[in-house]
Amino acid sequence: MTTSRKKSITIALMDPPYESGTTTTALRIVDAALRKGISVNVFAYEGAVNLTMKGQAPHPNPIKGTSIEEQDHPSTAKFIAGLFTLGQSNPKLEWVNCGLCIDERGSGDWIDGPRRGGPGDLFKFSKESTNTLVIGTR
Amino acid sequence: MADYVLVESRDPFEYTDTGYFYQIAADLSEAGNNVTFFLVQNGVLTVRKGMSNSVVEKLQKAAPGVKILADEFSLRERAITDQKLVSGVVSSDVDQLVDMLAVSGVKAIWH
Repeated sequence: MTTSRKKSITIALMDPPYESGTTTTALRIVDAALRKGISVNVFAYEGAVNLTMKGQAPHPNPIKGTSIEEQDHPSTAKFIAGLFTLGQSNPKLEWVNCGLCIDERGSGDWIDGPRRGGPGDLFKFSKESTNTLVIGTR
Repeated sequence: MADYVLVESRDPFEYTDTGYFYQIAADLSEAGNNVTFFLVQNGVLTVRKGMSNSVVEKLQKAAPGVKILADEFSLRERAITDQKLVSGVVSSDVDQLVDMLAVSGVKAIWH
């Protein structure tokens, strides 16, 4: 009798929001995986714990003359909330924000979905995943 | 023999250590491994035709077995059309990257 393990990918992220194109790429990878039915585990540490901050607010664009509504400025928290909609159960998106990194940055108020954790979660995710991609910063 | 996916997000104009990553790809291939070199973000700047001292052409010459893919979204952002793509590089996307990551045993490294 053979058993097959469901595919999953673990991604470790460090970059804070809006600082690097890497965040966009990482979220694109998560999105692509979930749409293929592959569960994703994200371990967010360092500045990446700010990606899911509830308090992110859109703003108008005075150069273009657009209002908040017209500009519809995207936020990383909004993108990630969308990813949680895709990854509610099967496939599943698990998002862990590193506790010490949260405490240092005061980033404890996040959107629904992520949970607090630590390096032990990254180790567990990595052991249980088909593959792990560690995306470093500068 | 192992399967490797090397994701290069940086360009050699800003980061001098990208050369080492290209060298790793060549060395792994020469050691008998299957290597896919996936370029994304500014990493795709090296596949624009006409680059002098092209690091991609050097890699192709040193290790012709390395499969070089460039993320189509990143190419589009930087106005690198298919006509401007150096020969031998294939336009790809993160869907294909995910397909590779989802294969058990594939070793993935991001730079």
